[in-house]
Amino acid sequence: MSQILQVENLSVQFHTYTGTIQAVRDISFGIRENKVTAIVGESGCGKSVTSKAVMGLIQKPGVISKESKIFFKGEDILGYTEKQWEDYRGQKCSIVFQDALTALNPTMDIGRQITEKIRVHRRVNRQEAWQEGIRMLEQVGIPGAAMRMRQYPHEFSGGMRQRVMIAIALTLHPQLLIADEPTTALDVTIQADILDMMKEIQREQGMTIILITHDLGIVANFAQDIIVMYAGKVVEKGSAEDIFYHPAHPYTEALLRAVPRLDISGGQLETIEGAPPNMADPPAGCPFADRCKKKRPVCGTGFPGEAEIAEGHQVCCWLYMDDGGGSGDGR
Amino acid sequence: MDRRAMKKIFFSNKMTVICAVLLLLVILASLLAPLSPYDPDAVNVAERLQGMSGRHILGTDDLGRDTFTRALYGGRVSLLVGSAAMCVAVLAGTFIGTVSGYSGGRIDMVCMRIVDIFLSVPSLLFIIVVYAFMPRNIMTLVLMLASFSWTKVARVVRAQTLSLKERDFVTAAKALGVSRGRIIWRHIIPNLMPQVIVAASLSIANAILDESALSFLGYGVQLPMASWGSMLQSAQQYILHNPILAVVPGTMILITVLCFNVMGDMLQQILDPKLVK
Amino acid sequence: MVDNTDCLLEVQGLKKYFKVGKKKMLRAVDDVSFYIRKGETLGVVGESGCGKTTCGRTCLGIYDKTGGQVTYRGEDVHGMDKERRRRFTEQAQIIFQDPYASLDPKMKIQEIVAEGIRAHKMAEDEADIKKRVEGLLSTVGLDPAYGSRYVHEFSGGQRQRIGIARALAVEPEFIVCDEPISALDVSIQAQIVNLLKRLQKEKELTYMFIAHDLSMVKHISDRVMVMYLGKVMEITTADQLYDHPAHPYTQALLSAIPIPDPRVEAGKVRIRMEGEIPSPVDPPEGCRFQNRCPYAEKKCREETPVLEKIGEGHFAACHRCG
Repeated sequence: MSQILQVENLSVQFHTYTGTIQAVRDISFGIRENKVTAIVGESGCGKSVTSKAVMGLIQKPGVISKESKIFFKGEDILGYTEKQWEDYRGQKCSIVFQDALTALNPTMDIGRQITEKIRVHRRVNRQEAWQEGIRMLEQVGIPGAAMRMRQYPHEFSGGMRQRVMIAIALTLHPQLLIADEPTTALDVTIQADILDMMKEIQREQGMTIILITHDLGIVANFAQDIIVMYAGKVVEKGSAEDIFYHPAHPYTEALLRAVPRLDISGGQLETIEGAPPNMADPPAGCPFADRCKKKRPVCGTGFPGEAEIAEGHQVCCWLYMDDGGGSGDGR
Repeated sequence: MDRRAMKKIFFSNKMTVICAVLLLLVILASLLAPLSPYDPDAVNVAERLQGMSGRHILGTDDLGRDTFTRALYGGRVSLLVGSAAMCVAVLAGTFIGTVSGYSGGRIDMVCMRIVDIFLSVPSLLFIIVVYAFMPRNIMTLVLMLASFSWTKVARVVRAQTLSLKERDFVTAAKALGVSRGRIIWRHIIPNLMPQVIVAASLSIANAILDESALSFLGYGVQLPMASWGSMLQSAQQYILHNPILAVVPGTMILITVLCFNVMGDMLQQILDPKLVK
Repeated sequence: MVDNTDCLLEVQGLKKYFKVGKKKMLRAVDDVSFYIRKGETLGVVGESGCGKTTCGRTCLGIYDKTGGQVTYRGEDVHGMDKERRRRFTEQAQIIFQDPYASLDPKMKIQEIVAEGIRAHKMAEDEADIKKRVEGLLSTVGLDPAYGSRYVHEFSGGQRQRIGIARALAVEPEFIVCDEPISALDVSIQAQIVNLLKRLQKEKELTYMFIAHDLSMVKHISDRVMVMYLGKVMEITTADQLYDHPAHPYTQALLSAIPIPDPRVEAGKVRIRMEGEIPSPVDPPEGCRFQNRCPYAEKKCREETPVLEKIGEGHFAACHRCG
């Protein structure tokens, strides 16, 4: 299966007055074309920073380390000039943020915000761009699209605003769409509608989507591949089947058990004691070691390498390392 | 935010460090003014209008008084009037602002209309008129200046109080049965400090400017007492022949006011930080 | 509607309107009735703008009411004089959603936790206060030595524990938990929920647990109340609600919740609602849910359904269920 995006040894640091935050620490992964990949993790695990790096949106005080490489269809995008970035963003890769209200310009009507982008990148006249805008709004399921083009962001509800954001992200037909917590600010019923809509567009157009989220629930019926991040590291990668039914990393396992399930009742929730480490001073060993129920002495010595426990299912845990003394019982 | 980070931000900006040093110098020099060998008010006609020399480093004025010494004593008056007026303004402004903002309703409306009235009066003119009926001393000057600058503090404080009183920690205190006075004292006022400190530093700068303007017009500090404003006034007629007489107090006013304003801006950044370099 | 003698809080036709603009009213809570028995947890769920937070705060007397009545142990919460109101704050407490906004950043932890003890003069001297605060901190799973630190040194989960300690300080019997876990990370949510459950058992607490996360509400509650646009749609036991939801809104809401299991998700049938939640300033006529309900008929548009008993301990406000 061809990969549309390859991230190799990506590290991102933020230099602040209180110290250097190591938001992303030497991670590598690939994204399969025409599939939905979810990057799952809790706040501060580096998932959003990773998506920003892929979009070339890391700004001061953030710094991408020199060893980092990101290939989009074989092209090293980290070496792009500002002009190349402009062509890349929107046409090849687009992003939708969590907060649609701040991402839209309150003083411009929706129509202008959509057509502006079309007209910058494509040689079409105003009329054609406007028609294209209406088509985009219809595609994301906004009723009365022609009329709504004339309205301003505050006249839209939260869910509708997020649809507009998705429409804007899709106007130039990007090959890769990054959705950074697209439904976190929304109510469950609205969330379900938007996810359904995204699923449908993905199926129709065969687009590649990276879904950044903390919610394992919305991943379940959406993503084919899952990347689990913790404290700036990728701890486990695999298919949705692998992650949900054969979680290998103790963190993934614990995370799945810490969420109450609507379809199963009773029982005490399993907790993960403690809190994630301070990213200004991350531990040398496995960052999850302090909270891990399967901790061994070796866990503090260094970050474990990647072990392939099944085809396409990799985990970074000492339990699965030959020199870790663990007899990995992945399957 | 912790102290270390604040210090780091402060020292990372050269401009503020320079301003802080200059301000400290001005304040120190004014405090140490009595060390000067000259009496600031003693007339010595024999040495009038001298230029810069080893004996009088910044020369003398039309009555033979040492300009440097007078500038230092003038600094005492200007800084004293400025900070006293600021203190009165901050105390009154904070009190009225919090009460008005926290109480809301009719009290708030009355307070804010009073503020509006004060803001719509041309302050310098009004002070000059009032001066006709009041004893002309520093106390009056301070009170007059403060009576027009508390309104700015009160506005800032009220706006902040309005947002603070909706915060959950205030609701929590209410739910715990904490009394209203204690909520204002323990929760509202400490959280207002950043805004108040910034308003204070800007209000000192304003008070110094106003004091100078009044003294220049002859309504502020009374002769022979030196203030930067009154020094400027007496320098007027000699400005072509002896420009240094105007340059010295003018520069002092400029530096002091500029430094207070820059410090105010910087404090705003430090106290309301977005933790980035 | 109830004849329970062990009823702690009883709410009858409670209304809370906010003025918006000159003439319009935002009907945050509109004619809501329910009760909470001693020692139980009543979960309150609904989407944003349904009035669940306003309802919780009005029950505690933090907000004035517009109409109806809230009685706590037979006493009208909004009719108390100053002294009785002060004593009421000793019995009923609140835990907030945002662990950042709910703790005063200028105060030390021990001062935050001690605030209630001081307000009610529950301790003899400073040493006693210190001892109590340390005890409370360890009760909620924090190191007692943290007392001398400031809020900004703590993570979201730890802050939420501090908020719980503050509420426990006055030894209340009833706590309104206003979305206490919504702002926390998944791995921390379970910690806080388990802590709340443990405290309930140890101290015989009664909870009103407000949240938008139905899975968590189901997990912690004995009974659940579903709200929509200021009205109660359905009240029933937690198991009943999920197994046999009666109200179309409850059914739609349940079907929208994602389940972290790809196979279950794939087989799930979702009940779609039309359109979006109307504004509570201008709610629809008749049943509040009428314009989005897949089953709405003429009667629903004309007549507002009342909460009626449809089974043992099961109430719903729907013409179809009657």
